[in-house]
Amino acid sequence: MPYEWDFSFLLPYSRLIGIGAAYTAGFTVVTAAAGLVVGGAIAMARLAGLRLVSIPLIALVEVFRCTPVLVQLVWCYYALPILIGVELSPATAAFVTLTLYGAAFYAEIIRGGIASIDPGQWDAGRALGMRRAALMRRIVLPQALRRMLPPLVNQTVLQLKNTSLLSVLAVPDLLYQGQLITSATYRPLETYTMIAVIYFLILFPLTAFARHLERRLAR
Amino acid sequence: MESPSPAPAMIEVRHLRKAFGGVPVLRDVSLTVSRGEAVALIGPSGSGKSTLLRCLNLLTLPDSGAVRVGTQAMDFTGGQRLPRDRDLAAFRARTGMVFQAFNLFPHLSVLGNVMEGPVTVLRTAPAEARERALALLDKVGLADKAAASPDRLSGGQKQRVAIARALAMRPEVMLFDEATSALDPELVGEVLAVVRQLAAEGMTMVLVTHEMAFAREVADRVVFLRDGTIVEDGPARQVIDAPREAATRAFLSHFHRGAPLAAEPAAPAEPAEPAEPAAPAG
Ligand SMILES: Nc1ncnc2c1ncn2[C@@H]1O[C@H](COP(=O)(O)OP(=O)(O)O)[C@@H](O)[C@H]1O
Ligand SMILES: [Mg+2]
Repeated sequence: MPYEWDFSFLLPYSRLIGIGAAYTAGFTVVTAAAGLVVGGAIAMARLAGLRLVSIPLIALVEVFRCTPVLVQLVWCYYALPILIGVELSPATAAFVTLTLYGAAFYAEIIRGGIASIDPGQWDAGRALGMRRAALMRRIVLPQALRRMLPPLVNQTVLQLKNTSLLSVLAVPDLLYQGQLITSATYRPLETYTMIAVIYFLILFPLTAFARHLERRLAR
Repeated sequence: MESPSPAPAMIEVRHLRKAFGGVPVLRDVSLTVSRGEAVALIGPSGSGKSTLLRCLNLLTLPDSGAVRVGTQAMDFTGGQRLPRDRDLAAFRARTGMVFQAFNLFPHLSVLGNVMEGPVTVLRTAPAEARERALALLDKVGLADKAAASPDRLSGGQKQRVAIARALAMRPEVMLFDEATSALDPELVGEVLAVVRQLAAEGMTMVLVTHEMAFAREVADRVVFLRDGTIVEDGPARQVIDAPREAATRAFLSHFHRGAPLAAEPAAPAEPAEPAEPAAPAG
C-alpha cells in the first residue's frame, strides 16, 4: 500500500518552524560574520610572519580542521566548562564553536588568497611609494577577494549546514524543531522532508551564486 | 685622487653588501650616478644586477652600506634597526621602477594604473592626476588605451604603461630591470624608443639590460657586474667596444653587435645537410 502523503498537519507548527529557520539563519549569519573577522585576523597574523603568533594559530586552525564539528560542539559544551569553571549556555557554546570552526577554514581561504597574489604586485606598489596598508587595501585585497569569494561562499554553505548539529545541544534550530514536531505527530516522512526542502531552498541560491562567481572568475 | 664630477651626483651608493641565506650577492659595491646620466648595468645572469637595482629604491634592503638618491639618504652601516614602512615608502616614492614582468595592476584600467601612485601616495586630486596620466599615456603613445584593461594590451604596450605609471610620480631617477627581456623581438623597439626619449630629456636612469647595441647608443656609462662586484665602469662606447678587463671581454663575446652571429668563426660548423630530408631508414 502506497504511503499517503499529507503535509496539512504541519500548518499549526508553522510558527515553530519559522523560529527554527530563524535560528538556523541567525546562527549562520552571526557565526559566519564573527568567523570571517577572526579568520581574517588569523590570516593577517600568519601573513605578517611572526613565528611566536603564527605557531599557536596554525595549531588552533589544525585542531578545528581535523576534528568533527560535532565533537567540537560537545567538547565545548560539556568539557570546556570543567576546564574554565564557567557554565556555558547551549547558544554560547554553539556560537563559540561554530565561530572558531568557521574561522579556521576562512583563515586558510583568506591567507591562501592573499598569498596567491604575484609578488610583482607588491613590488610595483612599493616602488610607487605605497605603504603596506594602502597596498593591501588598494592592490592586493581587490585581486585576492575575487579569488577568495567562491570558496568563501562555499564555506558559508557548509557553515549553514553545520548549524543542524546545534540540535544536539537543544538549540531550537530547524532540525531540532523537526524532531519536536515528529515526536508530537509521529509523521517523520513529511516533517523531515519539509525540513530538507527548507534547507534546500535557502542553500540552492547560495551555491548557484558561488557557481556564478566561479564562472565569472574563470572567464 | 677623485676625479671631479661634471654634475652633482644624483645616486650615490657606498660599500653596499647583500647576502641571501649566507650567500653574498653584492660584495662591497660603490657606484655614483650623476644628475641626468644614463647608466647601463650589464653582467651575467645571477651576477646581482637586479639586487643592486632593487637596493637603489630599497625594494631590497642592503645588509650594510649607504644609499642616497637625490636628497634622500639611508645608511645601513652599523646595523641600525630596519627602517620603518613610512620612511621606506617616502624613499621609494622619489624613484620610478620598471620591471621585466611589467607588474601592471590587473584590476585597474590603464588610466587607473597610471593614476594610482599620484592619488594614493601624493594625494593628488583625482581630476588633476587624471589629466597628467592622460598626458603621460599620450607621451608613450597609448592615449587611446586609457580605458582599456591591461590584459588587452601587447607586451610592448604594457611596458609603456608601466613606464607612464612610474613617471606619474615625477621621479628623480628611473630604474629599468630588463624592461625588454620579456618582449617579443618586434615589440622591443617601441619600448626602447620611450627610454631613448627619456634619456634625451635628461632623466637620470639606471638600466639593467642585455641590449648591448642600445646600451652603447643610449647610455653614458656602462657598468659591468660579475659575482656581485663591479669589474669595469666606464664610458659606454669604450666598455662595449674596447673593454679593459678580460672578464668584460669574455662576457661581451656572447653578444653580436650588428654582425650576424653565423659570421663569427666561433660558431660551431654544422655538417652540410642534403637539400632534401633523408628518407627514413626502413
Ligand atoms: N629574494 C632572494 N632570495 C634569495 N636569493 C636571491 C633573491 N634575489 C636574488 N637572489 C640570488 O641572488 C643572486 C643574484 O640575483 P640577481 O640580483 O637577480 O641577479 P641578476 O639580476 O644579475 O640575474 C642569484 O643567485 C639569485 O638566486
Ligand atoms: Mg635580474
